[in-house]
Amino acid sequence: MTESSTGRSIGGGFVPSGQLQLGVFFQGVNSGTIWKSPDSGSQTDFESFRRIAQTAERGLFAAFFLGEGLRLREHLGRPHALDVAGRPDAQTMLAALASVTSHIGLVATQNTTYNDPADLAHRLSTLDLLSGGRAAWNVVTTDNAWTGANFRRGGYLDHADRYVHAEAFVETAKQTWDSWEDGAVAGSQAAGAWAAPGSARRVRHEGRHYSVDYLPRLPRSAQYRPVLFQAGDSPDGRDFAARQADVIFSAHPKLDDALDFRRDIVRRTLQAGRGANDVKIMPASEFILAATPQDAWDKKEWVRSLQIGPEQALAYLEQFWGRELQDFDPDGPLPDIDPVVEETSETRGSGFHGAKAKQLADQWRAEAKEKGLSIRQFVSARTSRGDSTFTGSYTEVADRLVDYARTGAVDGFNISPWLVPTGLDDIVNHLVPELQERGIYPTEYAGRTLRENLGLETPVRRGAAVVLKG
Amino acid sequence: MSTSPDAAQAPTRVSAPQGFLALELDGDGAHPAAWRKARHAPTGLLDGARIRATVLAAESAGFHVATFADGALPAGGAGITGRLNALQRAAFAGPVTSSLVLVPEVDTVYTEPFHVSTQLASLDYVSGGRAGWLVAASDNAADAAAVGRELVGGAGLAREAVDSVEVSRRLWDSWEDDAVIRDVATGRYLDVDKLHYADFAGDSYSIKGPSIIPRPLQGQVPVLAPAGLLSAEPLSAGSADALLVSAPTPELLSAEVADARAATPSAAIIAELDVVLDARGQDAAARLAELDAHSRWESPRARFVGSAAGLTELLADLLETVDGVRLHPAVLDVELEELARLVLPALRRRGRLAPVQPDTTFRELLGLPRPASRYAAPPAGAPSAVHPAAHPAARQGENND
Repeated sequence: MTESSTGRSIGGGFVPSGQLQLGVFFQGVNSGTIWKSPDSGSQTDFESFRRIAQTAERGLFAAFFLGEGLRLREHLGRPHALDVAGRPDAQTMLAALASVTSHIGLVATQNTTYNDPADLAHRLSTLDLLSGGRAAWNVVTTDNAWTGANFRRGGYLDHADRYVHAEAFVETAKQTWDSWEDGAVAGSQAAGAWAAPGSARRVRHEGRHYSVDYLPRLPRSAQYRPVLFQAGDSPDGRDFAARQADVIFSAHPKLDDALDFRRDIVRRTLQAGRGANDVKIMPASEFILAATPQDAWDKKEWVRSLQIGPEQALAYLEQFWGRELQDFDPDGPLPDIDPVVEETSETRGSGFHGAKAKQLADQWRAEAKEKGLSIRQFVSARTSRGDSTFTGSYTEVADRLVDYARTGAVDGFNISPWLVPTGLDDIVNHLVPELQERGIYPTEYAGRTLRENLGLETPVRRGAAVVLKG
Repeated sequence: MSTSPDAAQAPTRVSAPQGFLALELDGDGAHPAAWRKARHAPTGLLDGARIRATVLAAESAGFHVATFADGALPAGGAGITGRLNALQRAAFAGPVTSSLVLVPEVDTVYTEPFHVSTQLASLDYVSGGRAGWLVAASDNAADAAAVGRELVGGAGLAREAVDSVEVSRRLWDSWEDDAVIRDVATGRYLDVDKLHYADFAGDSYSIKGPSIIPRPLQGQVPVLAPAGLLSAEPLSAGSADALLVSAPTPELLSAEVADARAATPSAAIIAELDVVLDARGQDAAARLAELDAHSRWESPRARFVGSAAGLTELLADLLETVDGVRLHPAVLDVELEELARLVLPALRRRGRLAPVQPDTTFRELLGLPRPASRYAAPPAGAPSAVHPAAHPAARQGENND
């Protein structure tokens, strides 16, 4: 292949599909969704969700994605006031969307730490059957006791154990979905029983963190079982994905990084005894598009100014300084006072924590001074998801995406719209046709199930239960 | 929907001259052999098309409320052993229907109260304020083993149910109605003063809060419970908005209804009734005998077996003393057709049924005002008590942020 001469070959027997898929991530909680524009709609009304899901389906998107956070984010000990917050339960919302959509995949982010495996596997089965085989589970873990304060068990899991626990949990879920024999449900109303006796296997797991013993209540769906997404980026997270996941919701959108990430995942997937093409990769991304390049860059400036206003810029630094900084000018230099905490703690409930605060503050002050950045400019640069933003004219961005498809660096992109509910309109109306013209995007859904639309293999029913500790 | 503050003292309820009808939609009907007489193959039960068809049939028949049973099913018998999660079935039905109130059964013993609260609030959003909660307290060992917990029995069941309802009620109030302010001038999306920690501390767990979803559209999602479940716990009589009352025969029902009314004057009363009707040219008793020949129907509820006219009379009588009746059809497809064709139109002609109006909330159907959040400052001049503490633990953490 010619790619090898340009250093873009993946190796390991991986074969690029030459195609891209799109997903949409309705975030609900973050600073990326603009609420200050008059066009910004409700974050909770069903119509916002319906509008985005149906627009995505019109654009032949593979998946509609919902996030989850099991405790309201806090800032300096009180709920965080500046960003969009408060969202519906993922699976309840997706069950409702299943009735007004027909092809798009419905992906629920669900936590393994504060759910019971039997209950969660059952609810995912329900979503899969209600949607005709379009359900997926984005597997996430939490270890902090802060979130545990909302649950019966409280904080009980050590950080180091989170993937051990998650993997046992996922195995239990897979056993649940393997439980029923094919054809277990009677073919006729004259049959001896509704389901043949013994046609479902009990699921048992006795472990350090949980025990399960039950008879699953649901048969398999049209896509066999829910598709599994995973987003962890640590070595443990990557190995977990290589063993268990169908799709990685990655953090590596830049082409070179994406190629490296693909190679790494192919290597780990082969090590796990799976095929080089078995795990799909869809990085998180943001698109800021317009008819001309100049319009797109102007739009980007406007988007950024609304995402990170002066209050957000100061609040961002306050998380690391551990004190109020409201007296500092957001358009001036970084605060010259030192943090009052030993260790940093980014807004509670997100992943970043634990750096030495004083060291970080010194480093940032030096960096801002060297580049001549104000507080706002500095924070905006830090939080702008630089590499994951595709800015440009429709044709320009479509041209850039051709490289991703040809090399197989990614299988598609998971787009976070910066505006709800109209944030996908220009992508579907303008970018999708450009991608189709270039032959790198579907012109119709490949099938009715998510597994078919992502080009994933159908799992094979396994025999005896696999017992994992955890 | 108005936001008028709740009355300080819940008034004694006077049964409305017009009542409502609820229909239980689980499986193929309440009879264990119902699947043999359904209008679809057994393999067509567990999907969205079936939910869509049944909720639309119930809504167009004029039912006010649909309920969705949940929990483990008896294994190894001749009955249906597959069941979709009830709350998700109700959620799927939300966008499909426009007036039908959607009430899933949700267990309180082996579930996470925080998830239950969030899911029910979300159901309220996807249904436009038509959600309710049928509180269950599982005494089934299979449900305990599924989550690896010790079996809870006796008084522990009421305790779990009361605690879970209390947690939901606090979390639903934990965002005041106007907590989302979108104040561009100050850069604040939320008014943090209008968010509250729930700080629930019960015997077996504690819950911090606030909720992760804004207040439900109805403010508080109506809570239905079997009579006796929540009132077994002292001081908890106010936890349910409506009580489901059951008795072995229609005659005994009226005595039970009177007892429940006296014990919990503020709650709506819903009578439970199994129904087998003459249908398809066959009389009801013969249909029941045929079904029972496959597997006997054991039920703790009163049962009506007979003609549509006879059922119309019985319901007209019942609706004199209760706020609503929930019907459990022997065979959903068959009974629903007769109910739609003969029974509901007759009751409507006689003026016994509340009107069915699109976008009516469940609270409106029950005649309940939309309450202010318990954490909201009372409007000037209003009585201060918004919600009396229904539970001992409720006094520990009111407005504790």
